[in-house]
Amino acid sequence: MKFNFNWEGNRNKIQKLMDFMKENRSKKGILMMALHETQDLFGYIPLEIMELISKELKTPLSEIYGVATFYSQFSLVPKGENVIGVCLGTACYVKGGQDILAKLEELLAIKEGQTTPDGKFSIDATRCLGACGLAPVMMINNKIYGKLTLDKVEEIINSYR
Amino acid sequence: MITVEELKKIRENTLKKMDLKLHKLQEEILDKEGALNKKLILICGGPGCHSSNVEEMKARFEKRILEKGLIHVEVSIAGCFGLCESGPNIEVYPEGIFYSRVKMDDIDEIVDKHLCENVVVERLLNEGAIESGKIKHVSQVNFYNKQKKIALRNCGIIDYNDIKEYIALDGYQALAKAITEMTQEEVINMVKDSNLRGRGGAGFPTGRKWETAFKYDADQKYVICNADEGDPGAFMDRSILEGDPHSVLEGMALCGYAIGAEQGYIYIRAEYPVAVERLKIAIKQAKEMGLLGRNILGTDFSFDIELRLGAGAFVCGEGTALMESIEGRRGMPRPKVERTAHKGLWGKPTIINNVETFANVPPILLKGADWFRSIGTEDSSGTKVFALGGKVKNTGLVEVPMGTTLREIIFDIGGGIEKDRKFKAVQTGGPSGGCIPEEYLDTPVDFGSLSKIGSIMGSGGMIVLDESDCMVDIARFFLDFTVDESCGKCVPCREGTKRMLEILERITAGEGRAEDLDRLESLAEIITSGSLCGLGQTAANPVISTLKYFRDEYEAHIYDKRCPAGACQALLEFYITDKCIGCTKCARSCPVSAIRGKVKERHVIDTEKCIKCGACMEVCPVGAVIKR
Ligand SMILES: Cc1cc2nc3c(=O)[nH]c(=O)nc-3n(C[C@H](O)[C@H](O)[C@H](O)COP(=O)(O)O)c2cc1C
Ligand code: SF4
Ligand code: FES
Repeated sequence: MKFNFNWEGNRNKIQKLMDFMKENRSKKGILMMALHETQDLFGYIPLEIMELISKELKTPLSEIYGVATFYSQFSLVPKGENVIGVCLGTACYVKGGQDILAKLEELLAIKEGQTTPDGKFSIDATRCLGACGLAPVMMINNKIYGKLTLDKVEEIINSYR
Repeated sequence: MITVEELKKIRENTLKKMDLKLHKLQEEILDKEGALNKKLILICGGPGCHSSNVEEMKARFEKRILEKGLIHVEVSIAGCFGLCESGPNIEVYPEGIFYSRVKMDDIDEIVDKHLCENVVVERLLNEGAIESGKIKHVSQVNFYNKQKKIALRNCGIIDYNDIKEYIALDGYQALAKAITEMTQEEVINMVKDSNLRGRGGAGFPTGRKWETAFKYDADQKYVICNADEGDPGAFMDRSILEGDPHSVLEGMALCGYAIGAEQGYIYIRAEYPVAVERLKIAIKQAKEMGLLGRNILGTDFSFDIELRLGAGAFVCGEGTALMESIEGRRGMPRPKVERTAHKGLWGKPTIINNVETFANVPPILLKGADWFRSIGTEDSSGTKVFALGGKVKNTGLVEVPMGTTLREIIFDIGGGIEKDRKFKAVQTGGPSGGCIPEEYLDTPVDFGSLSKIGSIMGSGGMIVLDESDCMVDIARFFLDFTVDESCGKCVPCREGTKRMLEILERITAGEGRAEDLDRLESLAEIITSGSLCGLGQTAANPVISTLKYFRDEYEAHIYDKRCPAGACQALLEFYITDKCIGCTKCARSCPVSAIRGKVKERHVIDTEKCIKCGACMEVCPVGAVIKR
């Protein structure tokens, strides 16, 4: 799949990123921070932005690419409007997190790591979300849903449709 | 910037306003007159309860209180109360009444009945709060009365967004004392004498580590707080950071003073946005008051703290990988040629400690090394926070003195196994740890004892497993995790764990071979001895410990093609018992039409066709479908 990066439409975000880099120029280890900022602003890390960062920080693109692909939080492709993270940490796993994931995959007809064709949802399997007391747990755009049952999952997803 | 004097004044003034909260600590009311009329509603804002939107709850309380014209009622949100299982939790003071599973619609009733008429809303009381008809004070509930709080001392009491409340409960007093009255050596000696050992997993003596960095001359030194909390099933550090962020900041500043560093970093995982937010607020407040930054409390000690976000790589919890990551590279562990206390971040002497380790430091400085050593065991002083999860009734956060037995934690505090099933094992230490069977439940929990029985203390994850959990599958689960998270630098770790996972997958799929167990054992040896960092060195532990204690389960899978726990789908058969009433629901829900039967007659599953999806079991109204 190829994405065409919309330079014009993203002008504001690019400006914000440049300001961020200028502001933090003096701090050491700025690359990780820049990648986080990019992910926050664009929802993923576009190749075009990596090229920009490369020029700005005078760091080879290959190195930036190497860092961006090492960390599972950074995505090189756009995500859905609603990002669902299903916890497969230990506490959730023993309480049926796998079944929750299977139910979501069935409901949205995509696999873990994929995005629905209409761009509305993507599903990620994550490790512990730190709400193990409520296992099994999933997170949709930073909001935690706990003590899930298969019925509850369906209800919650419908509320986002 | 404030002085030590002003710090004391803030403490006194704020204390006066907190008398009801202190009741939680002391079980006595400081100002009896006032307290009779005053009430405090404390809402839990911990990771579990927070997901049900506590800010909205607070607003609802305030609205109703206003409508009812009550003037002496304060509503406050605090960090994790610990009992996540029964959340959202609420406490009412001065009487110490503990309400659980409070919904938005229950709030008016609490205000109308409890606050206006002084009638307790019994249906919302926590299950543990009533005994032989009497309502117990929250501190007397079984879940709490065996606990001892040092790292969590302020969690669930203070308002995490208000530095003044932290100061009121002795906050920043230890820092003030250290930088105005103590030398660097004195601080280090006190930490050394306390026998505080690192809470991040390995249990290295904290004071000794600090001394190493102190003695090494350099123009620049660093302090790092490891808040990566990688164990997939643990949230101790998160709860401390969210419930009492300043205790960690103060611990770091004390370390900075002791070793001679002016810059600290908190490396926190990006999955914890709430903790990041609260830390940002805490750092800002501390800077505004001059408790961080240049010339703290007017002395010539300066110390600043910055946040750095992780990005979802477990291996970055390892000290040197974490430093690589802060420096902006792939988080791969460094060969241990040089100690990080000599050459760490950017090649400078660096101390890295866990969140909970830092949170323990201020009380040690204030109350002394002897006090700390009087708690816990010879081997391990103090307390440990555990995230109790899995098949236990009271899932949540507990802090107990070292040396408390597993049985006390799981059965007395945790309330035993849910659904009254049978206990099978407890997993400690996450992917680096092991599974402990019933016969060792009376083992005291400290660093030494747990490693003797093939597990580790780890950072504090404690997952309880019952008879329906398959131990081979649990081992497979952890190996799957390690394969995912290995950074790939060492061949034994990268390839060896993959081979192990393949074998475990084969066994759980019912295709295990006779030679598999030997092969697992030899792989375990190679991976353990041939890996660079702790991830690889401990990756085989979940397999080794389950092989040791639950070998018969492995054998049942391999030789009898049977999963004794009834968990491995491939080895199960779905079966309809004579309870069947012939409602035909199952036949209609089966996606592959494997179920036959007439209306009002018992149905039968064609096991050849069945894909074991479990749909029939879910829809059966009388529970006639079983796995066997
Ligand atoms: C793979 C791996 C992951 C680790 N993850 C963490 C972690 O999430 N949090 C932590 O505090 N320590 C973690 N550690 C331990 C650290 O390497 C280090 O020992 C610890 O932060 C030192 O602090 P302490 O002495 O206060 O325990 C990890 C170690 C390894 C090998
Ligand atoms: S043991 Fe594993 S995780 Fe650690 S450095 Fe080697 S390959 Fe990386
Ligand atoms: S294991 Fe799922 S939230 Fe911790």
